[in-house]
Amino acid sequence: MKISEIAKILDARILVSNSNLDSRIKYGFASDLMSDVLTLDEEEIILITGLCNIQTIRTAEMANINCLLFVRNKQASEEMIELAVENDMIILQCEYSLFKTVGLLYERGLRPVY
Amino acid sequence: MHNEFKVVEGDFANAGKASSEIKKTLKQLNIDNQKIKKIVVAVYEAEVNAIAHAYGGTIYVDIDQEKIVVVVDDVGPGIPDMDKAMTKGFSTASAKVREMGFGAGMGLPNIKNNVDELEIKTEVGVGTEVKMVVNFQ
Repeated sequence: MKISEIAKILDARILVSNSNLDSRIKYGFASDLMSDVLTLDEEEIILITGLCNIQTIRTAEMANINCLLFVRNKQASEEMIELAVENDMIILQCEYSLFKTVGLLYERGLRPVY
Repeated sequence: MHNEFKVVEGDFANAGKASSEIKKTLKQLNIDNQKIKKIVVAVYEAEVNAIAHAYGGTIYVDIDQEKIVVVVDDVGPGIPDMDKAMTKGFSTASAKVREMGFGAGMGLPNIKNNVDELEIKTEVGVGTEVKMVVNFQ
C-alpha cells in the first residue's frame, strides 16, 4: 500500500515527508511498547502508535522503519520532527483511535507482520 | 577503532544517541544492514537500561575487521537476580521508563537475541557491565 493512500484513508496530516510518499508499505505494526517494535525483522513497515516522544523516533531509527503514524491526534515535538528529518522518515498523524486506524487499514488490505 | 560515549542517569532525551552514532559508523564501514540492525537494537536496549536503572555510565565501542564489541558499564544498583532479569516480562522499571515505551521486561531478552556473545557482570550496589559481541561474518 502506498503511503499516500494510507494518508488518504485516515485523513492524516503529513508532518514529515522527506522521502517519497508513493513508496510502498508491506506491513502494519501497532504498538506503544518500543521493545516489541525492536523485535521485528521486517522493515517495510508503518509503525502505528500512540506513544509520541523522542524514543519513538529513535526506535524507528534503530529498527530501520521509515514510516510512522501517530494516532489519537498526538503532537510531535520539534525535536522529534528534527530527528525524523535527519533520518529521512515520513511521519503521519491522524485523529482516529488506534483501534479505528488499524481497522481501516486492515480492511483496505494492509497486512500485519504476524 | 575505539569510541566512548557517556550515559547520564535519567537522560531519556539523549537515549539512543550512542546507538545512532554506532549505526552511522557501521554504515560507513559498509557492514551488512541486517547486522547493523542487530547491533544497534542490542546497544539501544542496553543504553536505555543504563539510563533507566543506573546512575550513569560509559559505553565502550571497539570495531575491528571481524567484529564489534560494545561494553555498557554503569554505576548503579546492579541486578540482584539475573535469571529473573533475563525472563521476558519481568521488569523493575519506573513509571517514567514505561512512559518512554520501555520497561516491559523485554530489554535483556532482546539483547540476547541480537548478539553472538553476551556477558553480564553485575554486583548489587555497585553496578553492571554488559558486554555484547557481534561478528560481522
